Amino acid sequence: MISANLSAIFYLISGVLFILALRGLSSPESSRQGNFFGILGMIIAITVTFLSIGNFSTGFVVVLIFLLIGGLIGAFIAYKIPMTAMPELVAGFHSLVGLAAVFVAIAAFLNPGAFNLGSPGNIKLGSLIEMSIGAAVGAITFSGSIIAFLKLQGIMSGSPLTFKGQHLLNALILISIIILTYLLCSTQSSNLFWILLAVSFLIGFLLIIPIGGADMPVVISMLNSYSGWAAAGIGFTLENTALIITGALVGSSGAILSYIMCKGMNRSFFNVILGGFGATEQSLSSQNKEQRPVKSGNADDAAFLMKNASSVIIVPGYGMAVAQAQHALREMVDTLKKNDIKVSYAIHPVAGRMPGHMNVLLAEANVPYDEVFELEEINNDFANADVAFVIGANDVTNPVAKTDPQSPIYGMPVLDVEKCKSVLFVKRSLSPGYAGIDNDLFYKENTLMLFADAKKMTEEITKNL
Amino acid sequence: MEIDPFIFRLSIFILSIFIGYYVVWSVTPSLHTPLMSVTNAISSVIIVGAIIAGLAGDADSIFNTSSIFGFFAISLAAINIFGGFLVTQRMLAMYKKKKKDK
Repeated sequence: MISANLSAIFYLISGVLFILALRGLSSPESSRQGNFFGILGMIIAITVTFLSIGNFSTGFVVVLIFLLIGGLIGAFIAYKIPMTAMPELVAGFHSLVGLAAVFVAIAAFLNPGAFNLGSPGNIKLGSLIEMSIGAAVGAITFSGSIIAFLKLQGIMSGSPLTFKGQHLLNALILISIIILTYLLCSTQSSNLFWILLAVSFLIGFLLIIPIGGADMPVVISMLNSYSGWAAAGIGFTLENTALIITGALVGSSGAILSYIMCKGMNRSFFNVILGGFGATEQSLSSQNKEQRPVKSGNADDAAFLMKNASSVIIVPGYGMAVAQAQHALREMVDTLKKNDIKVSYAIHPVAGRMPGHMNVLLAEANVPYDEVFELEEINNDFANADVAFVIGANDVTNPVAKTDPQSPIYGMPVLDVEKCKSVLFVKRSLSPGYAGIDNDLFYKENTLMLFADAKKMTEEITKNL
Repeated sequence: MEIDPFIFRLSIFILSIFIGYYVVWSVTPSLHTPLMSVTNAISSVIIVGAIIAGLAGDADSIFNTSSIFGFFAISLAAINIFGGFLVTQRMLAMYKKKKKDK
C-alpha cells in the first residue's frame, strides 16, 4: 500500500503523459510516440490504483478477470474493424465511456464509504453534486452515442426525425434534470437518483434523433466532448487528478472539433444541434427543378481527359467511403503518376462522417500524407489544375454556396472545383446531396458526369489509361 | 481560513481546459480521427474509479451491488482502453511520407 500523496503524484504524472499523447498528434512523425505516452500514462494510473488500495485477495482476481475480458474484446475489435467503419467505432466507444461513468457514479452512490464520500443517505454535498453531474452527462453521452451509432451503421435512418413541440419537450426535460439534481442533493433520496439517470438517458436519445446523417461529424465531436466532461465530473467525485486533467483535455478537444466542423459548414452550433436541416428545404428544391442538360461520359472519356492533363486534383467524399473505393483510387493515381501527371488530394473539413475520416481512408490506401491537402491549402490550385476528379463528394463542391444568398448552404466554404479546366464527377445519379439542393456543378460546360459506382468507375478508368 | 481542497482541483481542471485548448488546436487536421480515438482511450482512465468500486467489498462479500457495477464498469472501460489505443496505433502506422526514390 502506497501513501495517498505518492499516488496523487503518480496520477499527476499520468495526466501529464496524456497531455503529451495529444501533443504528439501535431504531426504524423511524433504521433506514434504520443500514443506510446498515452499507453504508459494508462498503465501508471491503473497500477497506482491497485497499489494504493493494496487489496490483493479474491477481489483482485475478479477485477483482473473483468479487465481481461474487456481488454480482449477491445483488442479484437481494434484489429478487426475496417477503416471505413471508424465513425461507428468511435461513436460506440463514446457510448461505453458514458456508461462506465454512469456505473462508477452508481457504485459511488450505493457505497460512498469506499470512496471516502460519507455514508449512504449522508453523502457529502459537494461530492453528491459532482456525482450527479457526472452521472447525468455520462447517461446523455451513452444514449446519444447509441443513436449516433445506429444512424451511422444504417440501422436507423440517417434522415432527421422531427416532431412538433420537440424543442419545448427537450427544454422541459433539461430543466427537470436541474430540478432533480437540486432535490437529490437536498434529500439524498435514492429514488431521485434513479429518476435523474432515466431522464438523462431519455434526453440523450431525444437530442440526437433530429440530427441528420451528414451532421454526424458535429455530433460525434460533441459526444466526444460530453464523454470528457462526464469523466471530469467523476474525477471531482473521486478527487483524482488524472481523471480531472483527462476529462478537461477530452472535453475541450471535442468542443474544438465541433467548432471546426460547424465552421466547415458555416452553421452555428445551435443550428446543427436543433437539427432538421434538409427536411425544410426539400420542397423548395423540387419546385424549381427544370430539366437542365447534363454531359455524361464513360470511363474511356475520363481516361482520355486525365491522360492529357498535367495536373489532377482529387476530391474525395463520403461516397468514396461507402463504395470502399480508396484502394482503387490509389491504383488509378499510381498509373497517372507513371505518366508524369501531378496528383494531389483536396479534403474538405466536413468530408465524410467524422473529422479526418477521408485522411484515414487515404492513409489506409497508402497515399502519402504530404500529397493530401486541406481546403485552405489547396483551394487556389484548382484554377491552375487541368482536371478535378470528384469522387463521392457533392455539397462541398457546390458553387451555389458562393453565388446564391438564398441557398441554405450560402457562405459555407467550398472547394473551387469549377475553376478547373475540366471536372469529372463520379456519382450514381443526379440526386441532390444531403443539404437537399441541386449542385450547379453538374450543369457546367466543363463538367463530365460519370454515372457509376465509385469503385467500379475508378477501376475501369485505370484499365483505360 | 483554510482553502477548501476542492478549489485546488478546480484550478487543475480550469488550467487543463486551457492546455487542452492549445494542444488540440495544434493537432494537424489530417490526424483528427486518431485524435478522437485516442481521447476515447484516455478518457477511459475512469477505470480507476471502477477498480476502487470493484475492490470495495469485504472478503466475504465481494459481489455486493456496488462492486458489481464496478466490475462491469471495469470491462467497459477496458474495451475502450485496449480498443482505443490499439486502433489509434493501427491508424497512425498507416500515415506515411512520400517515398524519396522518385
